Amino acid sequence: MHTVLTAIVFLPLLGALIAGLFGTKVFKGLGRDADVYGEHHAHAHAGGDGHHGHDGHDGHGHHGHYDGPMWPMYLTTALLTIAAILSWYVFAGFLHEPHAEKVELLRWINSGTLVANWTIRVDTLTAVMLVVVNTVSALVHIYSLGYMSHDEHQPRFFAYLSLFTFAMLMLVTADNLVQMFFGWEGVGLASYLLIGFWYKRESANAAAIKAFVVNRVGDFGFALGIFGCFLVFQSVDFDTIFAAAPGAAGKPMHFLSWEFDTLTVLCLLLFMGAMGKSAQFLLHTWLPDAMEGPTPVSALIHAATMVTAGVFMVARLSPMFELAPDAKSVVVVIGAITAIFAATVGLVQNDIKRVIAYSTCSQLGFMFVALGVGAYGVAVFHLFTHAFFKALLFLGSGSVIHAMSGEQDMRKMGGLAPMIRVTWVMMVIGNLALTGFPLTAGYFSKDAVIESAFASGWGFAFWLLVAAAFCTSFYSWRLAFMTFHGAPRADRETLEHVHESPKVMLIPLFVLAIGAIAAGFVFKDYFIGHHYKEFWGSSLADNEIMHLFHDVPKWVVWSPFVAMVLGFALAFLFYIRNTALPKALAAQHEPLYKFLLNKWYIDELYDVIFVRPAMWLGRFLWKKGDGYVIDGFGPDGVSSVVNDVTRGVVRLQTGYLYHYAFAMMIGIAALISWFMFGGAH
Amino acid sequence: MSGWPILSVVTFLPLLGVLFILFVRGEDATALRNIRWAALWTTIVTFLLSLLIWAGFDSNAAGFQFVEQQAWLGGAASYKMGVDGISMPFVILTTFLMPICILASWHVTKRVKEYMIAFLVLETLMIGVFCALDIVLFYLFFEAGLIPMFLIIGIWGGPRRVYASFKFFLYTLLGSVLMLLAIIYMYWASGTTDIAALLANPGFTPEAQKWLWLAFFASFAVKMPMWPVHTWLPDAHVEAPTAGSVILAAILLKMGGYGFLRFSLPMFPDASVYFQDFVFVLSVIAIVYTSLVALMQEDMKKLIAYSSVAHMGFVTMGIFSLNRQGIDGAMFQMISHGLVSGALFLCVGVVYDRMHTREIKAYGGLVKTMPLYAFTFMVFTMANVGLPGTSGFVGEFLALMGAFKANTWVAFFATLGVILSAAYALWLYRRVVFGDLTKPALLHLPDMTPRELATLAPLIVLTIFFGAYPAPILDIFGPTVETLIKPLNEAAAAAQALASASLH
Repeated sequence: MHTVLTAIVFLPLLGALIAGLFGTKVFKGLGRDADVYGEHHAHAHAGGDGHHGHDGHDGHGHHGHYDGPMWPMYLTTALLTIAAILSWYVFAGFLHEPHAEKVELLRWINSGTLVANWTIRVDTLTAVMLVVVNTVSALVHIYSLGYMSHDEHQPRFFAYLSLFTFAMLMLVTADNLVQMFFGWEGVGLASYLLIGFWYKRESANAAAIKAFVVNRVGDFGFALGIFGCFLVFQSVDFDTIFAAAPGAAGKPMHFLSWEFDTLTVLCLLLFMGAMGKSAQFLLHTWLPDAMEGPTPVSALIHAATMVTAGVFMVARLSPMFELAPDAKSVVVVIGAITAIFAATVGLVQNDIKRVIAYSTCSQLGFMFVALGVGAYGVAVFHLFTHAFFKALLFLGSGSVIHAMSGEQDMRKMGGLAPMIRVTWVMMVIGNLALTGFPLTAGYFSKDAVIESAFASGWGFAFWLLVAAAFCTSFYSWRLAFMTFHGAPRADRETLEHVHESPKVMLIPLFVLAIGAIAAGFVFKDYFIGHHYKEFWGSSLADNEIMHLFHDVPKWVVWSPFVAMVLGFALAFLFYIRNTALPKALAAQHEPLYKFLLNKWYIDELYDVIFVRPAMWLGRFLWKKGDGYVIDGFGPDGVSSVVNDVTRGVVRLQTGYLYHYAFAMMIGIAALISWFMFGGAH
Repeated sequence: MSGWPILSVVTFLPLLGVLFILFVRGEDATALRNIRWAALWTTIVTFLLSLLIWAGFDSNAAGFQFVEQQAWLGGAASYKMGVDGISMPFVILTTFLMPICILASWHVTKRVKEYMIAFLVLETLMIGVFCALDIVLFYLFFEAGLIPMFLIIGIWGGPRRVYASFKFFLYTLLGSVLMLLAIIYMYWASGTTDIAALLANPGFTPEAQKWLWLAFFASFAVKMPMWPVHTWLPDAHVEAPTAGSVILAAILLKMGGYGFLRFSLPMFPDASVYFQDFVFVLSVIAIVYTSLVALMQEDMKKLIAYSSVAHMGFVTMGIFSLNRQGIDGAMFQMISHGLVSGALFLCVGVVYDRMHTREIKAYGGLVKTMPLYAFTFMVFTMANVGLPGTSGFVGEFLALMGAFKANTWVAFFATLGVILSAAYALWLYRRVVFGDLTKPALLHLPDMTPRELATLAPLIVLTIFFGAYPAPILDIFGPTVETLIKPLNEAAAAAQALASASLH
């Protein structure tokens, strides 16, 4: 078993290294010293010129050209597929008999009492994540064989994808907070590289940096949380912390200048990391921009796996959160606000990928509400099902974009259903699951989230979630109608090129569609039903809410369904029946429309209160602080005085140097003479 | 192993190379070739020999090892050498980086002979600083080491080299004089110049400790450099030739941190506790202030220089957290910064040699023609940012951990630096490497050459290796740091008791 677990984690790394170092052009263009230093006086026109590819301008690899070998792509995909199959094998074992296992790999950071080692820890929660991560990753690898087939940098793309998968696996198999932080920042790196994959685009580069830096803001809290945990528990090990947590509950902790409840402050600091990674309200701004990356990336990283790391983290630390009720309340509030905020913004977006991005953000809010009310199993269940249908929606939209020669604006689509029928069916399945149509995956998980919010007594969160469910249904069907129905709005040339995607892209869609339909009723008994206790074992904290949510009133059970139907009806009215209505409505409520279209103006706000002041301050400190004050009164001031005195004496340009050297020699000579003749006792 | 004086051999071996180079006559291509190869082989052999020190070093022992002693200066001082867990790693770092520096200077054409001699002499003096166990000997190495560095900046530097070296002179002079006075006082008060003896039995009164601490601080703070005496560093880096920058950032800056650990903390424990908050304030300002300044730089070397100041802020913060994690972190950060900042300056050197400008604006889109360079630069950018899995993370993390134990406000503000470092480092990378390749001058740049790869590849390997498996280095520190913090804890407890007694 240990070999299997190690293989699952390290096969993707192996693929990334081999494909990245030997499959790409990294070592192809080694220069020569002679070209650099002109020793042969030849103009530096060494090899490789004349071939300036034109990749990336449309951003979707349609007009690029790749003439390298295919093995890097096949290798990474094959290794990932093996890892995925092994993950299901491990997961099946857990369905049969849950347990926990550890593989000790290597010592890492050991300093005094601080011991953080490389260890693979697999319990039920991890096994679920292994399945999610590796399945989606393998499917995205396969899909990318088609989607990226024209891109001249595809080996690099596959290397990044595999690298990402490795970091994500390290995250979910972590046995201590520091290793989790390694995976955490590692996925951040991979996300940065993949968002900026088309490096020629200014917007992609900006989005990549934004994603990394905003995540670092969250990691700031995560890091402080780790330090705090070590201070309180003298350990960063999960098991040690969980064992000691009850003893620390309710005790005060001195943090900054105040006394706080120990576990509350620790949980909130750690949760700040989760907010960054899972794009929760206030730290969400990077996620929509991250859509600059190729669409398979959006499906893998920004829908199914990386953004759920925050949810995983809180679930993993549930024994701690369970003892910090105030922290849980914050989680509920942030989650509920995110759910409704992102859903409202999603109502008016026109970029097909951005709609799905906001949808992801909103669904993550749902998961956090479930975590906050203590329904950890429900949250992870929603994470599990969401991975299937959201990846399906993203890859489906990728298929649409592929068909539309790179067009992402839904206002220029319409009427595509007959032309790309398979994609249409797949998107509809994804929508049904997302909006919670009965018996689909979302129906079981999302409704359970809403019910547990009600059962916990959080009326505020319950109503916001129901409203968000209504918005979800509206924007999902708006997306479908604008894209696939009505009259085609694309230009003639684009329409002539519309074609169904190749099999290699459709097969992953089929697999995900099966998941989107079946993942709910197949697994619900294990995740949230009768067997939940045996299934989760000690990997999640237990809370009575897991029973209570089954017994909510009938109207509560029906409310998400009603919201879904209303959302569908409204979308039908707006985008099929009377297509002039949305425009009129937008004109009528222009301030509100603008507010939503501009994402509540949060980016603009951050620009004014963080970005610009930081840059102004940097320039000010540089020019005024360093330049005027320190240098002005320090060395420059002194030197101008010295200059006046020594003007005319110093002729050599480097005179000061010799002066200094001379002064030092004199000093040392004086010291030595003092020792030898004067000072010796 | 203790039969022959390995420390002296390693220290003075580079002078043998100097001797050889002095005998090379002429300025023709063959002579220059011989000089370069002589310098390279000298540094390589020195490095290989120094590995014997590591191999023979007992990581479980706390005291000095490989000790050699000869009477000197009529018995007033002595020639005493030895290494322990906080000096040995620096010796290896120095000998390891020297061949890389020589290789990076392969195409220097101005006064090659003097250049190589300056570097080899510098190597001797740097190793001497870390091995010296007599305070006079230490001072000698410490101050004399500046002379070749001055010459390197002043002769082989850029257009404003005179200003830069003069600035360094002004900053360093005051610190040196004060430290010299302190050393004389220490000899006068304790009757010995033996560092081991002073460590075993410091015994300065708390009042004297404060003055001595400040005098040493004046010298070490400039060396680090700490805010606000850091402004010489960006200028020195900008003007220095590539290899000079590498040595400056990787080794010379570390002498300040080493000095704190060797003298200030163990010899003046009460003063170190007393001044803890003072150093914390300066460190935090350094981290936040210089990170913000780095954000706005237009010159690649200046940006990296400012980022060095910020990273050294983590080091002083870690040292003065006065606990195991903090000091381990500071030590590791110094070693890692030696690898990473050295590599970053080499990276700047690579493009500077092609374009003869360090202005960020002159670049953009290099990944297209220089993929290997883009990869290399990415690794070190990430290490500079402190990404887990690179050596940059381990030190920063431990230093912050230590600071959090000592004072949560300090950790809070210092951790902000983690956000800022991501911003300035990635922004630099984006402006140089990413974007479309449109500038005509950049269209046909050759990628890194095998020689350049040879200078950077070992650094890539070590940066990642020590990021994943830092134990070989961390294990060396352990016993030494444990003995180091013991008296500090006692001093802190005493200060605490005094403070609470005066309250009542």
